[in-house]
Amino acid sequence: MASGLRRFVGSLSRRNLSTACANKQLIQQHDGGVGSGKSLNLYSAINQALHIALETDPRAYVFGEDVGFGGVFRCTTGLADRFGKSRVFNTPLCEQGIVGFAIGLAAMGNRAIAEIQFADYIFPAFDQIVNEAAKFRYRSGNQFNCGGLTVRAPYGAVGHGGHYHSQSPEAFFCHVPGLKVVIPRSPRQAKGLLLSCIRDPNPVVFFEPKWLYRLSVEEVPEDDYMLPLSEAEVIREGSDITLVGWGAQLSIMEQACLDAEKEGISCELIDLKTLIPWDKETVEASVRKTGRLLISHEAPVTGGFGAEISASILERCFLRLEAPVARVCGLDTPFPLVFEPFYMPTKNKASCLESFKVPAQHCCMNLTAHGS
Amino acid sequence: MALSKLSSSSSLSTNILKPLTNSFLLHRPISTDTTPLTIETSVPFTSHQCEAPSRSVETTPKELLSFFRQMATMRRMEIAADSLYKAKLVRGFCHLYDGQEAVAIGMEAGITKKDSIITAYRDHCTFLGRGGTLLEVFSELMGRKDGCSHGKGGSMHFYKKDSGFYGGHGIVGAQIPLGCGLAFAQKYSKDETVTFALYGDGAANQGQLFEALNIAALWDLPAILVCENNHYGMGTAEWRAAKSPSYYKRGDYVPGLKVDGMDALAVKQACKFAKEHALKNGPMILEMDTYRYHGHSMSDPGSTYRTRDEISGVRQERDPIERIRKLILAHDLATEKELKDIEKEVRKEVDDAIAKAKESPMPEPSELFTNVYVKGYGVEIVLMSHVRESLALKYC
Repeated sequence: MASGLRRFVGSLSRRNLSTACANKQLIQQHDGGVGSGKSLNLYSAINQALHIALETDPRAYVFGEDVGFGGVFRCTTGLADRFGKSRVFNTPLCEQGIVGFAIGLAAMGNRAIAEIQFADYIFPAFDQIVNEAAKFRYRSGNQFNCGGLTVRAPYGAVGHGGHYHSQSPEAFFCHVPGLKVVIPRSPRQAKGLLLSCIRDPNPVVFFEPKWLYRLSVEEVPEDDYMLPLSEAEVIREGSDITLVGWGAQLSIMEQACLDAEKEGISCELIDLKTLIPWDKETVEASVRKTGRLLISHEAPVTGGFGAEISASILERCFLRLEAPVARVCGLDTPFPLVFEPFYMPTKNKASCLESFKVPAQHCCMNLTAHGS
Repeated sequence: MALSKLSSSSSLSTNILKPLTNSFLLHRPISTDTTPLTIETSVPFTSHQCEAPSRSVETTPKELLSFFRQMATMRRMEIAADSLYKAKLVRGFCHLYDGQEAVAIGMEAGITKKDSIITAYRDHCTFLGRGGTLLEVFSELMGRKDGCSHGKGGSMHFYKKDSGFYGGHGIVGAQIPLGCGLAFAQKYSKDETVTFALYGDGAANQGQLFEALNIAALWDLPAILVCENNHYGMGTAEWRAAKSPSYYKRGDYVPGLKVDGMDALAVKQACKFAKEHALKNGPMILEMDTYRYHGHSMSDPGSTYRTRDEISGVRQERDPIERIRKLILAHDLATEKELKDIEKEVRKEVDDAIAKAKESPMPEPSELFTNVYVKGYGVEIVLMSHVRESLALKYC
């Protein structure tokens, strides 16, 4: 097993997105043959999860703009051929309709897996998600629900996406009780988490880091496995500072941890995975140990989900904290076109030494370390 | 009157001189000839809840030549944008208009720059039609200072305020209610202007179109909704996405007109007609039957959901530039060589503009923080506080 593990670690993502510490946990979570997986990139892992979801539940459906042809990111390749056009189909360009119909489908006991082509396009469907999907169970006194609903959407920067193909809108949805918001960091995580989301009896918004669709590659077990929701994961153990993030940002933070390690700073890195309801206990336990917390996300810093984590941990660990909580996030500007490198919470912003020694607000935006 | 007499006599004289010498032909004042010409549209208009306008369109040699030159410029510009994108000089998303040029050109010929236009993200040529320059286009594409949005918008966000071009919008269908809002303001200003709100056949299935249409009709707003039907909403054919692909009829209580969008003169006639109608009676839908040669965006090869034969068939039979070329030759308004020369000139203009745009500087890094809010309202200072220190370190 140990050698299998090492092999696994060695073959992890090309972006150094390590699931190193995760392996132990993952093996516990997943009894199937961990070493038996094939090397897959993230979109292929999503594709595999969708195949399994449709295979294992005849009442599961996949639809969205251009998904019949495989979708713009190839996540739905082959599904229509395999499962037929009545279960995998294109919709008109109509996000409100896609989600509305998905809610209706789910309300009749089906698993509706709806794709919004880019997270930036989700806003016409915002009302349906926030007012219809999230509150269906509550306001009907549990007579009705749309628990079979999963909305998939690629989110985040991609290097050159510009204003409307780069946004990270997760915080909007984290303000909505009744929804779950899940973001995977790697192919193996994506497959297991997506299957959990599809089978979870609550409506879930599943954001996929589009930057990692092709870039992130790791061994993914071929069988049907699920990873638990609302369980954060310590993917790197350390003693001096806790870093919390999700999705594509974790690979950036991983690099920051490595840089810091060279300076003798021991970082603990946590993948939150589920943003609501989130695993406060894991983060709290870690901060109690390290006394410092840094949160990083691509979305603008103000009102981002980092603010919520910061407030909650402050409430729980106030006396244990040795420095103010630091946030290394996107800037409070629209997502820029040519200035994407300035906007992004890069590893240099995060690994700026002062921010580890004294994670204070002024260190969060160390543009000098970057951008030249 | 005197002018037209003069020009017609000059065209007569060129005709007489024609057999004499080829070099002389180059100098005939063809492009300024304003003798009225009447030309029949390629196919009749199909109308819904209104009387279709006449198929006979008034034009002039000058106009036809300018159509040719402008469309050739647009075509060349889009091909060049394609190369720049592939060379990674254009970042962001990029949607090309080649094939649809007649819509932009014909529309401008039927209206004035006081009227407003708003469109989605396939906006390069609409911007050029409104009087934008090639330098502004290429600079904006490459995110440079001389771009029409100062390099902050990119391909999908072209604007030109002085001629009422409200852009350049990224979200499918979101510009339609906005366009009706412009028409709402025009109704108050009583200056006899209208708004043309453009959208694609894909966007025609968005709910907000119908919400906006209802209000526009309810309040008789001078809004013309122009559905540029290129028959594919991204990778989905219209018939797969629309129960009724007769987009001109989908306003139900709103009159509509189906137009051959590959025929610049038909587009001109329809837009003129729609403007008059809208000023008197409220909104109207124009469905422009057109075609895009490129894929939806640069990541779409454009050949997985349609056949290459289909694309080459349209190129051969319906191309908007070839149609005008044939008209010019049939009416003997210029020689083939003259038209080729125009295309050569256009190619050079495009190349020059690209070279110049490449020299245009990137915006100042501080521009990242400007225009988020109005200056002087205190908010920008709060924004800047995050980075003031580091920017100061870097740039001072």
